Amino acid sequence: MKAFTYERASDPAAAARIVAAKPGAKFIAGGTNLLDLMKIEVETPVHLVDVQDLDLQRIENTDGGGLRIGALVSNTQLAADERVRRDYGVLTRATVAGASGQLRNKASTAGNLLQRTRCPYFYDTNMPCNKRKPGTGCGAIGGYSRQLAVIGGSDKCIATFPGDMPVALRVLDAVVETINGQGQRRSIPIADFHRLWGDRPEQDTVLKPGELITHVVLPRPLGGKHFYEKVRDRASYAFALVSVAAVIQPDGTGRVAFGGVAPKPWRVPEAEALLPRGAAAVTARAFQGATPTSDNAFKLPLATRALVSVIAQAKA
Amino acid sequence: MKFETAEGTNPIDRMKVIGRAHDRVDGPLKTSGLAPYAYEQKGLENVAYGYIVGSSVAKGRITRIDTAAAKAAPGVIAIVTAADAGKLGKGKNNTAKLLAGPEVEHYHQAVAVVVAETFEQARAAASLVRVDYARVKGRFDLAEELKTAPLVGGSGGPNSSAPPIDRVGKFEEAFAAAPVKLDAAYHTPDHTHAMMEPHASIAAWKGDELTLWTSNQMIAWSKRDIALTLNMPLEKVRLISPYVGGGFGGKLFVRADAIMAALGAKAAKRPVKVALPRPFITNNTTHRPATHQRIRLGANTDGTITAIAHESGSGDLPDGGPETAVQQTKLLYAGANRMTAMRLAVLDLPEGNAMRAPGEAPGMMALEIAMDEMAEKLGMDPVEFRIRNDTQVDPEKPQRQFSQRQLVRCLQEGATRFGWSKRNAKPAQVRDGQWLVGMGVAAAFRNHISTKSAARVRLGRDETVTIETDMTDIGTGSYTIIAQTAGEMLGVPAEAVVVKLGDSAFPASAGSGGQWGAANATAGVYAACVKLREQVAQRLGFNSADVVFDAGQVTSGNRSAALREAAAAGELVAEDHIEFGKLGEEWQLSTFGAHFVEVGVNAYTGVSRIRRMLAVCAAGRILNPKAARSQVIGAMTMGVGSALMEELAVDKRFGFFVNHDLASYEVPVHADIPHQEVVFLDEADDKANPMKAKGVGELGMCGVGAAVANALYNATGARVRDYPITLDKYLDKLPDVA
Repeated sequence: MKAFTYERASDPAAAARIVAAKPGAKFIAGGTNLLDLMKIEVETPVHLVDVQDLDLQRIENTDGGGLRIGALVSNTQLAADERVRRDYGVLTRATVAGASGQLRNKASTAGNLLQRTRCPYFYDTNMPCNKRKPGTGCGAIGGYSRQLAVIGGSDKCIATFPGDMPVALRVLDAVVETINGQGQRRSIPIADFHRLWGDRPEQDTVLKPGELITHVVLPRPLGGKHFYEKVRDRASYAFALVSVAAVIQPDGTGRVAFGGVAPKPWRVPEAEALLPRGAAAVTARAFQGATPTSDNAFKLPLATRALVSVIAQAKA
Repeated sequence: MKFETAEGTNPIDRMKVIGRAHDRVDGPLKTSGLAPYAYEQKGLENVAYGYIVGSSVAKGRITRIDTAAAKAAPGVIAIVTAADAGKLGKGKNNTAKLLAGPEVEHYHQAVAVVVAETFEQARAAASLVRVDYARVKGRFDLAEELKTAPLVGGSGGPNSSAPPIDRVGKFEEAFAAAPVKLDAAYHTPDHTHAMMEPHASIAAWKGDELTLWTSNQMIAWSKRDIALTLNMPLEKVRLISPYVGGGFGGKLFVRADAIMAALGAKAAKRPVKVALPRPFITNNTTHRPATHQRIRLGANTDGTITAIAHESGSGDLPDGGPETAVQQTKLLYAGANRMTAMRLAVLDLPEGNAMRAPGEAPGMMALEIAMDEMAEKLGMDPVEFRIRNDTQVDPEKPQRQFSQRQLVRCLQEGATRFGWSKRNAKPAQVRDGQWLVGMGVAAAFRNHISTKSAARVRLGRDETVTIETDMTDIGTGSYTIIAQTAGEMLGVPAEAVVVKLGDSAFPASAGSGGQWGAANATAGVYAACVKLREQVAQRLGFNSADVVFDAGQVTSGNRSAALREAAAAGELVAEDHIEFGKLGEEWQLSTFGAHFVEVGVNAYTGVSRIRRMLAVCAAGRILNPKAARSQVIGAMTMGVGSALMEELAVDKRFGFFVNHDLASYEVPVHADIPHQEVVFLDEADDKANPMKAKGVGELGMCGVGAAVANALYNATGARVRDYPITLDKYLDKLPDVA
C-alpha cells in the first residue's frame, strides 16, 4: 500500500472541495472495496477524505411518496428498513444477495454504486488492463473471461459492473444526488450514472472529480411482485454470473434489469415492454448485438432461463 | 520399537481415554486467539518485516534489477536478490528454486525480498523494485503438451528400468472381447490448497544458527531442505511450528516465506517476518496439478469386470512429478486384465505437488464416474455393481490380502442409512418444486502409509506427563489424540498430559501429510510410553510384563503404587520410535468408505445445490470420533468444492493462474454446506500399528466429487466429465423451460 494522508470531513461541500482540489485524492466511506484495492496497489490514492461523519445516514420519506436514502446508509440498514422491505422488495433482496453480513454492515449505499469491476486482470498489476492503466491493453480479451461482459463492452475493456444493489436501483429508476465543491447539487438518473467503457474504461461513472454522492432517491413504489434472482457458482458470497432484478405486475407487464452481464446494470426499455410475450422475447431484444466470449456465451441462455424462473414465480 | 507382527492385545485396547470423543485440548487457546501461529510469535525483539517481490513473467531471464528507488523508500533496511544472496542450494522437495535469478521458472517466483521497519513500508517499497526480464515462450497448455509427453512411472517409479506401463493379463484383448464396454475421458483442473493461514515465517539468526518459526506440516523434511537451500549444517537449523492454520499439503515443503525470511534476517541483522499474500499462495507455492484421464472398463453382462484400464496425464515443471491419479485403480476393484499408465508433460506453470489425497482425489473423481456410467450400461444398481467387483486381495498381486477391507459393508450400511432404495435409477425423474433431485454414490479409497515416528515422554516429579515430538497439528487434532494416547498408556486423563509439538529440537515424527499423521505419530508416542512404563515398573520394583496403569495407580498382581511415586526420586524420561517391518509389504493397508450425496438442480437456472451427504468410513480404530468426524466433514466439503466450483484458470498466453484470490477461486461457504453425516465402522487393524489405527482425513475426500457428479447426473440426465461441474457445462442439457 502506498503511503497516503487522511482527514475526516464534517461538511459535504467541503469534502468535495478537498477531493476536487487535490489530484489523487479520494473519498472513503466503508472502504470495503477501496482498501482491498489499495493493498494490492490497484488504487493508489495520495489522500483520503473520510466522509463517515457526514449527516447522510438516514432514510427519509420524500414528498413524492418515495424514499431518500443517505449515501452513508449501510447495506444492512437499507435492506432491513421496514419501508424498503414493504415497498421496494427487489432492493432488499438484491442487497442481501451481495457480499457477506460483515461487509454489508460496513458497506455504504454510495460506495455500493462505486464498486469497481472484479475482472481478474484488473486485480493483477503485472497484467495489461486499460481500466487500471490506460493504454496497456486488455488482458481479459483473449484470456479468462467467464465472469465478464457479454454486452456493452468495447475493444478496450470487457469488464462487468459486479454489484447487486444497483441492479435493483436501476429497475426502480432511482436517482443519484450529488454535491460538488461549490455546493452545487445534481440529480443523475441511475440509467446514466454508470458508463459503457468505450475508449475510456478507466472512467466507471459520470461523476466529476470531487463530486460526492449524498443521496439515492427512490420514486414512489411500483407495486407488483419483486424479484432478485441471482445465479452464482456457490450459495453465498459470490458475484453473479447473471442476475435478474424484476418487478412484475399482475397483468404480466413490468420492469427487468440484468446484472453480471455488462459494464452497468443492463436494462433495455424496448425489451422489458415484451415481458407479456415471455422471457425469450425480452432477452432476445435486451441482448441484441451481444458479443460474448467462448467463456461466457452461456450467460445469454442463462439470462433467459433466469427470467423464465422469475416469470414463473410471478405467476405462481 | 519395530512393528513386525500383527499386534495382540495391548493397553490401547482398553479405550478408556483413547477412542473417545474428547474435545480439543488446544481448543480454548485457539478460540480465544491465544495460540501463537508462526507470524504471531511473541517475545522476539526488533522484528522487521519482509515482503517478497514476485516475478511478473512466467518464464525468462532477469536482465536487470534496479533496487535504488526501493532502497531509498522510507523504513527500508535491506533488499536481497539472487545477486546478493550467496550461493543457494535447493531442497529435495522443491522442483523450482525459491529465489529466482537469473532464470525465472514460473510466475510469481520470488525475485527479491524487501525488509523494512513496518509491513506497509516493506510492501510499498517492494513495488518500487524494478525488474527487467527477457521473457521467453513457455509451455502452458496441458492438453497440447500431453500429445507428446512421455510415459512415466509404472511400478518402478520414475527413472526405474521397470516397464512404464503396469499390466496384468491382456487388457486390450479382454476389453475388445467384453460384451459391455465404457471408454471415457475425464478432466480435473488445477486446485489451490486455500488454507486459511497463509505460508508465514519469522527468521532469527544467532551467529550462524538459524531459528525459524514457520507454518509447516513436516518439520524434519523442512529442516533438511532449509539446510540444503541455505548450504548450512543441519544442526544449525531449528524449526518451530506449534500451530498450523491448515496446510492440505501446501505446507509439506519449505516455501519462499521461510527462505526469504532467513535471507532477509541475515541481511538486516534482525529477526524478519514474511507472510505470503494470497495471490502468492496460488502462483508462488505448489498446487494440485490438472489431469486428463481416460478410463476403459469391460465387463460381462452379469457385471463382472474383465478389463480395466486407467491412464492419466498431468504436467509439471522440468524434473517435477506426475499426479498419480491411477493409483487407486490398481487396488480398488477386481478384474483379471488390467492396465495403468501415466504421462507427464513439461509445463512452465507454477510447481505441482501434493494436495489432500494426491493421486486418489482426482483419480477417484474420474474412476467413480466411470463406475456409475458402467453400472448404467449394465442396467445394474451402482452400489450392487461395486459390490460385485469387490476384491479381498491386491488384484495385481493376488497373494497379498488387504489387512482389512470392509468396502462392501460401507456401501451397504450407507445405502440403508441414506435411503438409497428410494433412488430412481432413471435420471431426471424426481422433482421438488423448481428443483430436479438426484442421488449419487461413490466408493472411497485411500491407502494407509506406515512411516517411522519418534517421541519422548517425561514423567515429572509432580506426576505431570509431557510428550515431546516434532509432530504437527494442522487443525487435525494431533494435540488431543497424542494426549489421549499417553493418557491411556500411563493411566491418567488426557487433561493430565502436556503435549509439545512442532519443534525440530524434539524427536522426529511422521509429520502431517498423506493421512499418515495420526496413526503413526500416536504409535511413536505409544512406543515411548512402553519404554516409560518399563522404567516406572523398575522404579517401583514391579515386574514390567504384567503391570496395569489405571487411574493414577500402577498395579501388578495385588501390589499397587501411585504413579507419582515412580518419579518421586527424579523425573523419568523415555524416548523411542515406531518403525515398520515387512507387514506392509505382506498385507495391503488401505482405508475404505462410501459416499452418498443428494443434489438439487434448479430446473430453470441450472444452479446446483447439495441437499445432504453421508460418508461411511472403515479406517481402522478411530482414535477420537469427534476429531475424525471433523476431518471427514472437512474433506467432504473440499470434495464438494472440487466437484462444483474449484478451478485454477490457466492463462495460456501469460502462463499463470488468473483467479488467484479467494473472491475468484471459490471454495464452499457455510451456505453450501448441507446436512453432513459421518459413520465410522467399528474396526481395529492389528496389522497397521500398535494403535490399530489408519488414516481417515483424506479418505473423507476421495470419491466425493464423483458422488456429486453422479447425483447431478441422476437429477438431470446430464453427464459431465469435466470438473468442476459448473452450470455452464450442462445448461443446454436441462429440460427446455421457455
